Amino acid sequence: MNRISAVSDWILLVVFAAVILTMPVWLAPFGADYPDLMQKFAIYGLFAIGFNILFGLTGYLSFGHAAFLGVGSYTAVWSMKLLTMNVLPAAFLSVFVAGAFAFVIGFISLRRSGIYFSILTLAFAQMSYNLAYSVLTPITNGETGLQLSLSDPRVVDAMAGISTGRSLPSTNLFGVKMSGLPGFYFCAVVLIIGFFISLRIFRSPFGTMLKGIKSNQTRMAYTGLNTRPYLIWAFVISGMYAGLAGALMAATDPLAGAERMQWTASGEVVLMTILGGAGTLIGPMLGASLIKYFENIFSAFNDQTLNQIFDFVPDSIRGYVVELVSLFVGDGWHLTLGLLFMITVIFLPGGIMEGFRRIGGLFSRKKSNTPSSGAVSDQP
Amino acid sequence: MDNVVLHVADVQKSFAGLHALADIDLSVKEGETHAIIGPNGAGKSTLLNVCIGRLRPDSGHVVFDGENLIGKKPHEINQLGVVRVFQTPEIFPELTLLENVMIPVLAKRDGAFKLRWFRRFAGEKDVRIKAEDVLEELGLGSLIGGEAGSLSRGDKRRLELAMGLAQEPRLLLLDEPTAGMARHDTNATIDLLKKIKAKGMTKVIIEHDMHVVFSLADRISVLAGGRIICQGTPEEVKADPRVKEAYLGEEQV
Amino acid sequence: MDAIFLQVLNGLDKGAAYALIALGLTLVFGTLGVVNFAHGAIFMVGAFCAVTFEKILTISTKVKDESITFFDAYKEVPILEAKFPVVGAFIVDYSVPFSLIVAVPVMLALGLLMERGLIRHFYKRPHADQILVTFGLAIIAQEIIRHYFGANPIPQSAPDIVAGSANIGALFGLGENVVYPWWRLIYLMFSFVVIASVFAFLQFTTFGMVVRAGMQDREMVGMLGIDIQRRFTIVFGIATVVAGMAGVMYTPILPPDYHMGMDFLVLSFVVVVVGGMGSLGGAVLAGFLLGILQSFASMNEIKSIIPGIDQIIIYLVAVVVLLVRPRGLMGRKGVMED
Repeated sequence: MNRISAVSDWILLVVFAAVILTMPVWLAPFGADYPDLMQKFAIYGLFAIGFNILFGLTGYLSFGHAAFLGVGSYTAVWSMKLLTMNVLPAAFLSVFVAGAFAFVIGFISLRRSGIYFSILTLAFAQMSYNLAYSVLTPITNGETGLQLSLSDPRVVDAMAGISTGRSLPSTNLFGVKMSGLPGFYFCAVVLIIGFFISLRIFRSPFGTMLKGIKSNQTRMAYTGLNTRPYLIWAFVISGMYAGLAGALMAATDPLAGAERMQWTASGEVVLMTILGGAGTLIGPMLGASLIKYFENIFSAFNDQTLNQIFDFVPDSIRGYVVELVSLFVGDGWHLTLGLLFMITVIFLPGGIMEGFRRIGGLFSRKKSNTPSSGAVSDQP
Repeated sequence: MDNVVLHVADVQKSFAGLHALADIDLSVKEGETHAIIGPNGAGKSTLLNVCIGRLRPDSGHVVFDGENLIGKKPHEINQLGVVRVFQTPEIFPELTLLENVMIPVLAKRDGAFKLRWFRRFAGEKDVRIKAEDVLEELGLGSLIGGEAGSLSRGDKRRLELAMGLAQEPRLLLLDEPTAGMARHDTNATIDLLKKIKAKGMTKVIIEHDMHVVFSLADRISVLAGGRIICQGTPEEVKADPRVKEAYLGEEQV
Repeated sequence: MDAIFLQVLNGLDKGAAYALIALGLTLVFGTLGVVNFAHGAIFMVGAFCAVTFEKILTISTKVKDESITFFDAYKEVPILEAKFPVVGAFIVDYSVPFSLIVAVPVMLALGLLMERGLIRHFYKRPHADQILVTFGLAIIAQEIIRHYFGANPIPQSAPDIVAGSANIGALFGLGENVVYPWWRLIYLMFSFVVIASVFAFLQFTTFGMVVRAGMQDREMVGMLGIDIQRRFTIVFGIATVVAGMAGVMYTPILPPDYHMGMDFLVLSFVVVVVGGMGSLGGAVLAGFLLGILQSFASMNEIKSIIPGIDQIIIYLVAVVVLLVRPRGLMGRKGVMED
């Protein structure tokens, strides 16, 4: 049976990879098959998958993960300014720098748990955000955001004899431009690797220890386990994921701004994770895609399109209908987001995956429970 | 045979001026089952908490096998082989029974921290077999795939005992292992503890139930008002008038 | 010396806002055991009560401008002023303090509704869930306000009579250049009165006694058979009213916009943590302390030594306090230990 669950994990991975890579095909009927949006799915999916390793497995709610995303973006853009427009070095550097940054913040924040931990991470993220806007302007370029310029040295590219000419160079992977569809496929491959690592962590002794910490941290200590390094590693790993996501953002669009570090951005990744289902493998990816999809649709509406949509409604009340609906769309998309947040927490604390399980439970109630096959929990 | 494994010397502990423990001297020999009894509030749990690093005494030593335990962190003490089973079942409610027992086995094998993120937890064959054996031995074999949180209270306590035993501790500290159990469960637990005793595991038991104490203990320490008032074999303790006065008088023996 | 005195004064009014918000946060946290991330939004809604009230008062009508005699000119004048020249103008001028009269019942109703409808069901849920659900609520409140009032700050003016500055320096025998806006002084006084009233209420009434006992040990109070539930609702209402009033009175100091609640919430939370979760005195003390610290950190002399310190001082203090004194300045043992 051991082998069976190992095989089922491989199947899960293959299915996941297939679904991601075929996005341009099956998203077409939804009108979501254009590269920019699909890149967002992959990038935020990666961000949420990483966040889930901390929050989903250990239960430690960080309100500062956007800071790592921001650091990743800045690092990537600097790599493009100073070294090369190739995205691979940028990605590696971002993971490393974000990981180091996460280590420092995690080392301090993890001395506390519960709400204190949340506040500490929030405080650190706000500090980073404020500093990025003020004193760190030489590094972050303040409100304008960090951008490429013609005068950047790009040492490696210069040595390789790649001249940029009179226009700004574009990001590339050994010559393949990272905009449009190739950009999406790059993000998708990174996402699949990220998912694979997350899958391994979930199934590993390390991951099980993290679940133990979430379940009963005191007991872990009296079982002879030092919970602190486990938590720090979980924090650093999830910070690395965030850094990588930040690097991908820069890879597809080479600029970085401080607003990526704001705590509302941290709140967004929390929402993605819980909407899909914290602690599940594919929940975060699901949550991230859904939110980015609806954001894309909802924020595109304006009063004109609404009037067209509600054309069938009698004139006398159409105004009211449009007025009401316009609260939730366009600029009001955040209102929908807040509502979604509340509905999820109130009615479906386990997220969409929990909903699936409940629906699945209705159908499989009659099947007898086979106790041994699930002795080590392997839910997707 | 007279190897002293755990030596508690001159331990003092007071809370806000109240002496919870005073001049505690206690030696536990290898292989013996040592019971600590005493009326409520005598300081039994405090003593146990000092031994596992949950509380720091004001003065004195707690030496386990030549190592001073005071100031050590709970996980360090566990790694030395001192394992405690709690009174309120401390388990991992969201995990399966098998996982509950595999975690302590893994903790013993791999130490306090190991970053094994690529291997499969379920693929740790030796750990798994060990955990299954222990669960089987405690009569939980049919439930290993179930969630620990859904067990009955009695089964939860047995599960915790399994988590302790799975680590093959050199010293097992049991806090009222039969409290709140039905008579029939109590007897099953006594039989189980006797079986462990036959294997030569050193144990310290805190217990209220005299039936349990006298059927298991090799030696007994009687704690009252934070002091040890009497120490000896069950027969000696039974015969001691001070014990009768302080404790046994309250209950029918 | 003057400069230092001035900085303390400058810090006090911001500190007063922190203290008033943190007071409610702590009160709710200590009694109901709920972490309320929507408390900042309540402050913001309070501020917009003042905005709305002023908007209603100044609904205007066109009136012939008598001062222009060459041709028929019209000017916009609030209906109120047009109908009752003296009283109307007075009310419009004093719209901010008058809006307290409207804001208190509105905030109370809002608070009771929120507690009954939502917060109550989260007493027993994990803190993470409480944070998330109230965070969602805060976003909703913020977006509704933005929809109706726009994204730009809406300045409110204090009554003309207190529009200027008080020469505090002369009062205390310091230099002539220590001046302080009257309204800020009023805000400070107002916050002292509110804080004192809340403390007095908790200290000297039986209701307050039960609430304080509840903060010490919720289960015990529950077992006494006291209807703690109803009292919790009222406590939540009080916290809401305090934050709402703080918002109303703050409008002449800081023109309200839709995200002011979030900005103040994060800082107030830090204040609560620094003061010590569940300690009312700690929250008030830390509020003023951090306000003053922030004001000092934004002095040019300090900024030139440590650049950017004004941006992070509060968070830095929070980090240090949490690490050195995990329970905060005045936190008690046993409150929120895990």
